[in-house]
Parts: sequence; C-alpha cells; structure tokens
Amino acid sequence: MVMAENGKHYLKKITEHHLFLPLVCLAVVLLANVIKTPNFFQVSINNGILYGYVVDVVNRSSELLILAVGMTLVTAASGGQDISVGSVMAVSGAVCCQVLSGGQVSVNSFQNPFLLAVLAALAAAALCGAFNGLLVSKINIPPMVATLILYTAGRGIAQLVTNGQITYVRVDAYKLAGGYIPGCPVPTPVFIAIGIVVLVSIILKKTTLRLYIESVGINGSASRLVGLNSTRIKFISYVICGLLAGVAGIVASSRIYSADANNIGIYLEMDAILAVALGGNLLGGGKFSLAGSVIGAFTIQALTTTLYAMNVAADQLPVYKAIVVIIIVTLQSPVFRKFIALTLPAGRKPMKPAEAEEEVQ
Amino acid sequence: MKGKKSLVFLLAALLIIGLAACGGTSGGDAAAPPEDDANALIVVGFSQVGAESDWRTANTQSMKDTFVEANGYKLIFDDAQQKQENQITAIRNFIQQEVDYIVLAPVTETGWDTVLQEAKDAGIPVIIVDRMIDVSDDSLYTAWVGSDFRQEGDKAAAWIVENFKDKDPVNIVHIQGTIGSSAQIGRTAGLEDAVAKNSNLKIIAQQSGEFTQAKGQEVMESVLKQNDKIDVVYCENDNEAFGVIDALEAAGKTYGRDGDIKIISFDATNAGLTDTLAGKINYNVECNPLHGPRVEKIIKQLESGGTPDKKAYVDEAAFDATTITQADIDARSY
Repeated sequence: MVMAENGKHYLKKITEHHLFLPLVCLAVVLLANVIKTPNFFQVSINNGILYGYVVDVVNRSSELLILAVGMTLVTAASGGQDISVGSVMAVSGAVCCQVLSGGQVSVNSFQNPFLLAVLAALAAAALCGAFNGLLVSKINIPPMVATLILYTAGRGIAQLVTNGQITYVRVDAYKLAGGYIPGCPVPTPVFIAIGIVVLVSIILKKTTLRLYIESVGINGSASRLVGLNSTRIKFISYVICGLLAGVAGIVASSRIYSADANNIGIYLEMDAILAVALGGNLLGGGKFSLAGSVIGAFTIQALTTTLYAMNVAADQLPVYKAIVVIIIVTLQSPVFRKFIALTLPAGRKPMKPAEAEEEVQ
Repeated sequence: MKGKKSLVFLLAALLIIGLAACGGTSGGDAAAPPEDDANALIVVGFSQVGAESDWRTANTQSMKDTFVEANGYKLIFDDAQQKQENQITAIRNFIQQEVDYIVLAPVTETGWDTVLQEAKDAGIPVIIVDRMIDVSDDSLYTAWVGSDFRQEGDKAAAWIVENFKDKDPVNIVHIQGTIGSSAQIGRTAGLEDAVAKNSNLKIIAQQSGEFTQAKGQEVMESVLKQNDKIDVVYCENDNEAFGVIDALEAAGKTYGRDGDIKIISFDATNAGLTDTLAGKINYNVECNPLHGPRVEKIIKQLESGGTPDKKAYVDEAAFDATTITQADIDARSY
C-alpha cells in the first residue's frame, strides 16, 4: 500500500513536471516513424559523417534552436514575440557574405578576414535587436507591432546590402559553420547550437538575469517599484534575441555558402514562436524554461523530417503539419490539462495547488 | 510665415503649369516639351514587379534596352517593389499620362479586373509579361509574353527519355518548385506526362524544395535515406540543384557528367550554367528573361493594324553538360 502510494506520488511528480508534456509530444512524433520508416532511428557512418534521419533532425533544427533561445527570453521579458528574427537572419547572412566577397557577386577566396565578417554580421544583427528593443522598452510599442517593422524592412535591407543579387562565397572554409569540420562526423551547426544553449544557460544560472527577466515579465511595474530597471532588461533581451538571430543567419548562409536575402530564415520566426509555445512556455511572459523551447524546436524539425520520411505529397504537407501542431498545442493548453486533472480520479483535491502552479509556468 | 506664403505660391504655380500641360494640345508650349517628343515616339509604360533576382534584373534590362529613343520609343519604368497596390497605382498613372502601350509584369495572378478595365476604357492596349493573370474577361489584355514552362518541362523530360532509352527502370527523384507556381505546374506536368508515356521511367520520390537551395538539400538528404538506386534527379530550378549537389556530395555519391546520378535543372542562371560547364548539372533548360524584343514585335504588329497572337512564348535554349562552352555563359547577361 505504501509502495503503491509512493509509486503514484512519483508518477504524479513526473507527469506534473513542466517538461513532461513537451517531451511526450516529441517522443510521439519520433515514435510515429517506427511504423512507416523502421530505419528512422538507424544511425551509421557514411562517407566519414554521421548519417541517419535522427542526425538530420538534430542538424536541421540548429538554426531554429538558436532562434528559440532568443525568442524565449524576449517572450518572458516582454510578454510578446519578436517576429523579425527571420529577416534579421537574412540581414546577418547578407552582411557576412558581402564582407567576405568584398562586394563581388561570386568569389572563390575570402576578400576580407572571416572574423571581421562574422563580427560585422553579428553587430548588424545586434543593432536590429537594439532597434526592436528600443521600440518595445522605451516607446512601449507592442512587440508584434514594433518588430513588424524589421519583419518587412529586414529583407529589403538585406537586398540593399547584397545589391539585390545572391552573393556566393565559394570557399571551403566558409562552408564549415553549416557543414562539417574535416575529420569530425558531427555537423558543425549542432556544436554551435549546443554552444549557444550552454552559454545562455550559464549566463542565466550565474547571473541574476533569469530572475530579473521573469519578474519583469510577470509584473513590469512591480519590478520597477522594487528597483529593477524594467526598460533596460527588456532592451537587453531584445539585443540578445537579435544577436542570436545573427548567429543563426550565419549558420544558414554558411549551409548554402551564399546570401539569399529572399529565402534565408523565411517563416522561421513563426517556427521559433511555436517552439517556445510547444516547450510549455506561456506566450504572455513571466517564468520560462529554456529546455522546453529546445525540446519544442526539436519537435518541429522532427515533424518536418517525419513528413518527408513518410513521403507526404508536397501540397498536403502544410495540412498535416497544421493538424499535428493543433493537437500538440491543445494537449498542452491549461484548459485541457485541467480537464485531464479533473477526469483522472486519483488525487482530485491535492492536485489543485500544483495545477495552479503549472498555469503560472 | 514667409515660407508658408511662398509654398502656397509654388503650389499654385505648379497647378497652373499642370493644367496648361493637360489642356495644351499645341505642343509648342514651353511648359510641355516632353509631350512634343512623345508625339513622335511611342510611349510605353512598364510596371515591373521589383528586382528580387538576377532573372528579374535581366528582364528589366531587356525592356530598357529595347524601348530606347533610338528605336522610336519612350519608356516610363515603374518598380513596384513586390506590391500590387504600387502596380495598380502605376497603371493608373500611365493612363493619366496617356501612354500608347502598357506593359505589365504582374506580381500576382488575380485582382487586375478593375484597373485593366480602366485601361481598356482609355483605349490603351495592355501587354502582360512573365506571369499570367487571371481575369474574368480575356479582352482586358491584348497579349501575353512569357516562358512556356510546360515546354521547358517537355524538353527536360525528352532528354531523360533520350538518354535512358535502354534502361529499365529509370528511378527519378523529383524535387518540385513552390507548389502552385506556374513554373512548378508546367515543369511538373512535363515530367509526369513523360513518365505516363514511357513505362521505364519511374518517379520514386516527389517533394517540394520550394525553389530554394536549403530546402532542396534538406529534401534530398531525406530522399537519399530511403532510396539507394537513383538515376536522375529532376530539380525545378538551379537553386534546388545546388542543394541537391551538396546533399549528394555529403553522402558520397557520384553525380553529373561523369557520375552515376544525372541532374536536370531549370532557369540556366549564371551560377547554374557554371555548374553545367563544370559537369555537375547534366542538363539545364533556360528560362529566358529577355522579353523586350518579343514585346516590341507585338507593338509593331499593333502599330501596323495587325492582331497579335494572344499568347507569345520567348525562345528558350537548353544546355547539355557535354556540349556547353564558356562562350554560352559569357553570351548571357544574367
């Protein structure tokens, strides 16, 4: 009896963990493949690199993961989303390639040092983030509206930078960031994404940034009254988000060793917001979970790769994607959670306070 | 205060000049010297989508090169920056300016009925280039000039049929363009038709690469994991082909002129032809952006009282990796 009680207790603890549902969703999407694509989880070394669907999921989700980290911070601090990240990626990719090519359309060797190009690209991206941050924190424009400016103008700026051409940097060294380091079987974007997640996690853990962002997100006025500079914290979160979009832009442009201003990071802002939501984070701001967003990003890419593996026709692809997303989002909605909690007979009463906490999450 | 007064004066002066210009039929008026020129030249108003790609830039340049004063034309060019509102405004301006012909490269297919009716009422012939428009009344435009995507698809499919006569089955991977675009519909139809007619051809995978390099690569990576035997990859534009090449390279497959997997591509952009010359792409079908001369032909026909064909296609070439030369690439400005 005691054992059973204990078991139930643990089960409850697990199912009520904020990462439980996001993880279940990811697992379901991945396991769905076993039926149709038995070799989905097969990983082998082919031509000196890791080869398999799972590798594709991890590799292809890198940019989205980097964006999702920035989006999580912005969402938590300002209770709104930065919809310009895809365009900022294009700006960053354009600046990077343009510096490397020295203004030519296609080059076979670096015209300027690689480091300079990366720094210029990141500076441009951070500047975009600062612009968004200024509008949101100082002028108090709703985030979606404020970032709509760069969402539309960003690609235009990128076009201006590249003179409306697709700038090609056909140098093997430039393909490293989006490809493979010779002798290493793991794609480089994976390392970059892990690096970003670890770096941001350490910053959040070692400094008071996490606490500040969460308190500003929960109640900006109250935070100001206790002495936090809400404006500055919101501003910083947008700069970080812009900077990370810049990193994602460099990875994306390195993958195709060119700056395609029209297509780099297109529609990725929506996926990034979705990743944050799928991770169980509230889009209204406040407490957040970086791990949740990471899982959310993997789920989205796993879904895309799954649909490719299942040979879903291109014209039906968006429909299937939408259906799965609707199901996942519904599963994680507070209303649905409450419904489950009420219908499950076990521990109806004691669940209440935990549930309330869950909703704050 | 003084500034305001002079502004009012300036506006009034502009208004008077404007009225004089509108009413002036004498042509000798000092205020309207352009009209004097315009009487001698054929005035063409061209509303272009924007400048989003090399192809588009070459398309614009072709118009600008054709409709020069030396040829007896005056071109009024308007860049709509990808917005239909801008194009509609531009057409209304052309009507106001009483141009002789309107050339429109539409950004979208629908929503042109009203403004084209206005042009028709004003008696100005409209020539559509590149994309087709969808209007309730076909008489709203005089002619259409563009690429025959279906024929491009047929050309590429014919190459496959010709080069794989003795092979059965021929496993084809089909990387489609953005679903619903006219280029995708035509090029897909060309291949599917050939597959229906030739029993040895088999499409083993079909997915959209959305006309981008990144998606082309991602889709190809996935396809490679399910299919071991691939003979042909049919990419619906050059960017997709670049992505496919990267995916094949990473998987250690041989491709192109000297490899196992043959690659078909479309558009024949400069970068695409460079890869064709390098033997990476086996067959590249051109999508010709030089619409200017074809449009001029229609205008000449109309000027002499003739009736041009409703649909006119530009001539398009195709390049085989075994026969292409550097001169072919140099001859193209795009």
